[in-house]
Amino acid sequence: MKLKNVFATRWGIIGVGLFIGVFAALLQKWGNPGNMGICVACFERDIAGALGLHRAGVVQYIRPEIIGFVMGSLIAAYLFKEYRPRLGSAPIVRFVLGVFAMIGALVFLGCPWRAALRLAGGDGTAILGLLGLIFGIWIGTLFLKKGYNLGRTQATHAAAGWVLPIIMLGLLALLIAFPQIEGQNRSGVLFYSLKGPGSMHAPLLISLGVGLAIGFLAQRSRFCTMGAWRDFILFRQTHLLSGFIALVAAAFVTNLIVGQFHPGFKGQPVAHTMQIWNFAGMVLAGLAFALAGGCPGRQLFLSGEGDGDAAIFVLGMIVGAGFAHNFGLASSPKGVGPYGIEAVIIGLIVCLFIGFTMRKRSKT
Amino acid sequence: MSTKVDARGLSCPQPVLMTIDEIKAGATSEIEILVDTETSKENVSRAATSQGWEVADVSEEGNEYKITIRKD
Repeated sequence: MKLKNVFATRWGIIGVGLFIGVFAALLQKWGNPGNMGICVACFERDIAGALGLHRAGVVQYIRPEIIGFVMGSLIAAYLFKEYRPRLGSAPIVRFVLGVFAMIGALVFLGCPWRAALRLAGGDGTAILGLLGLIFGIWIGTLFLKKGYNLGRTQATHAAAGWVLPIIMLGLLALLIAFPQIEGQNRSGVLFYSLKGPGSMHAPLLISLGVGLAIGFLAQRSRFCTMGAWRDFILFRQTHLLSGFIALVAAAFVTNLIVGQFHPGFKGQPVAHTMQIWNFAGMVLAGLAFALAGGCPGRQLFLSGEGDGDAAIFVLGMIVGAGFAHNFGLASSPKGVGPYGIEAVIIGLIVCLFIGFTMRKRSKT
Repeated sequence: MSTKVDARGLSCPQPVLMTIDEIKAGATSEIEILVDTETSKENVSRAATSQGWEVADVSEEGNEYKITIRKD
């Protein structure tokens, strides 16, 4: 008989939410950008920048938190015998969903994790983003009820499940081999930011350590910021939602204690006030996450467990970040990018197409 | 008579949706659900309990789980 998974209980998921909330807020105190202690979308975007997949000078850094998320989950999956190498559930669709999830998130300027942290830091514009997220997930649940399904995965070689974790280790190796040089925006093959959010980061070992711990705990508890709302809307189940709420509450209290709570709508860090597009960007992201079966964090944790389809989604997000900045789709504190609005509309059309056409009655 | 649900290779929320569909169909008092991840096992068990069903048995074979749920 296996030990019961305490993290899968109500108090387990709440504890994990509290842990993430406290440490996300502390990461800001230790150097990460404002209300961005953890933002999976922003951090993958920074990784894309560090690799030169886009050349937005202010957002270039290999974020160790992302590496930690995948490796922490992998360690937990191996320790508890839950490593299950699998793939083959419509990978190309997952790639496209990843691309548009990233574009939607960068129009809002944050993923669901950051929406929660922005709210906990007093950023009123996050309310619009969260409402958009919930609305997008609600659309996704309508498709799920109608039989939307990307099909079954198949078991694969253990090594196939290792591909994304190995890529993450490769990124870590690059970060160690080519550390930031004071006052220079290049070091070896990597790009660094001299100003802006990309230049703000906690020390490497702290970022990596917190990332590993969160990856481990999230694998055990199945923490998911999309599933939180999806399960509530579909089944009136509050299990994952209680973790999400715990995250917001813990980050809020920590922000109050360390003096990071600044309520208001204007002048919030890395945020804009074009509320319609804060909302619409997150509708797109929420719908894409719902169709792909997990928030961007959960996709990293699943990748660590050996889910190759989640890994494809992650790569889609990183490539999407390249498009978002090269094409002027991403927003900035001044407002939406020159083609951001068009990209959101195209993304919504693509996601609706996927939702309407990819139905499979999986009864056998 | 028991009904079978094969949710192997599917990830959340599909296994739960399939189980609840079967529960709502109301044609049976015992359902066997096959899943292949620990997460699906937990989610299906949790959903069944919240629908007022009892998780009668969980057996593990290789990388698969068979969950038997029952309602009196």
